[in-house]
Amino acid sequence: MTVSRPWRIALRTVGLVYLAGLLLVPVGVVFYRTFEHGVGAVWDSITTPAAISAFTLTLEVTAIAVPLNAIFGIVMALALVRGRFRGKGLLNALIDLPFAISPVVIGLSLVLVYGVHGWFGGALADAGIQVIFAVPGIVLATIFVSLPFVVREVAPVLREIGDEQEQAAATLGANGWQSFWRITLPSIRWGLIYGVVLSVARAIGEFGAVSVVSGQISGQTQTLTLLVQKRYTNFDLSGAYAASALLAVIALLTLLAMTLINPRREEEDRA
Amino acid sequence: MSSTTITPDRVAARRRPAWRSSGALGLGVATLWLSIIVLIPLAAVVVRSTDGGLSTFWDAVSSRQAVSALRFTLLVSLLTAAVNAVFGTMIAWVLVRDRFPGKRLVNALIDLPFALPTIVAGLVLLTLYGPRSPFGINIAYTQWSVLLALLFVTLPFIIRSVQPVLIELDREMEEAALSLGARNFTVFRRIILPNLAPAILSGGALAFARAIGEFGSVVLISGNVPFHTQVSSVFIFKQIESDAPIEAAATATVLLLVSLLVLFAIRLVGQWGSRHDR
Repeated sequence: MTVSRPWRIALRTVGLVYLAGLLLVPVGVVFYRTFEHGVGAVWDSITTPAAISAFTLTLEVTAIAVPLNAIFGIVMALALVRGRFRGKGLLNALIDLPFAISPVVIGLSLVLVYGVHGWFGGALADAGIQVIFAVPGIVLATIFVSLPFVVREVAPVLREIGDEQEQAAATLGANGWQSFWRITLPSIRWGLIYGVVLSVARAIGEFGAVSVVSGQISGQTQTLTLLVQKRYTNFDLSGAYAASALLAVIALLTLLAMTLINPRREEEDRA
Repeated sequence: MSSTTITPDRVAARRRPAWRSSGALGLGVATLWLSIIVLIPLAAVVVRSTDGGLSTFWDAVSSRQAVSALRFTLLVSLLTAAVNAVFGTMIAWVLVRDRFPGKRLVNALIDLPFALPTIVAGLVLLTLYGPRSPFGINIAYTQWSVLLALLFVTLPFIIRSVQPVLIELDREMEEAALSLGARNFTVFRRIILPNLAPAILSGGALAFARAIGEFGSVVLISGNVPFHTQVSSVFIFKQIESDAPIEAAATATVLLLVSLLVLFAIRLVGQWGSRHDR
């Protein structure tokens, strides 16, 4: 629309002021509050034993959940795009469920199945496996919330590239495995990486579902986001800010990665 | 889009997929995985919500606190979707049609609420708009604080859904209307808005769905005052904490039902939008 100059500037100003008030100024203030007592205090606060164990646990959970989701995502995307079977539309809709459901309900659902009084909880307890209020529960919750990302990024790319190249490879004598590694995987590469980046960010940042299943045992089942809340409710404000700033830096790195990957992903999508 | 054109050779290729056997196996394993992680647990919420009998279920979902939390959740989520529909469309327009220094940076920062953990988002807003606000604005523990938190976490949905449509939008229509003497507002109302409507609606529905389930960003700033600032997700969390999982499951079932309805509505809007395209 060829809007007159004053209107354009007015719209721009209102839009940017809204963004600044909602996003930028608050995030800036948190960084300011974090470092107002110097870098040394922040360093001390993120290197306490509880903080280091929370950070390590967060990384471990992410390292288990994200690769599993990546494999699931590729297989599911291949099935949804290339396969023809009954109930495909339904399956396609079910994949999106984790995005539409409250994290608290997700946590509760896992407790009701894998908790001590849950459907499988008794049998698991007899086998000596504790899921809820232990690390496996946190891993399950993390997988649940970040499940759809890779499928949703890879499926459109697969749809776009078609399967002529794979067919050609098959006529030239390649087996399914070879054509997957040499043709399919390289062509969905950037979509896959983008999905993985989104999954990592969500896995590191998940709070609601994890907080229901974790039991919050310091040094054992406390992730980084749970540490933020614990410190805040214990009136350790500067500690909460320090842990938040660490998470905010991870978020900004995620944004940077998304910005760098996006053009290549879109190119792949159009190819 | 080339994906919708089916060439004869692609039809032939579909008839003899080389990966059929491994594909069926993969589909089976993936569906089993989806069931273990997602479907069985969600079924458990619905099934176990009636563990104490239907009357227990009904008492749980019709208790004054549950009803009040649900009503507030739905209202504030609707308001969130509406406010962000207006500002989101405006920001999308500014990002697509306007030119100013730093636009690419602003564009990248739009996704910040998706990347930032929700608990950090809550703390961030509490720092600026809470008791220790450097500007003396304190709305913590009021209903406005819940709205603020929800506006923050749902900001990208509408912008990211409107932006691509606005980029594709044919500007000749607008120029034709202008040359025929239409004023800016008329062009917006008669040409731009109808074209963007499906995108605004589906983005708004996504924001609404996200808002009714939101927990992390709301839990600190809302203060969780029953009958006032308590939203359903926090209410369910409190029930789990006070060891009432069956009552929690009952409330969760209602919330789950609302989410499914919204998801269904999004699909319908999506179909309407793609019909609108052609």
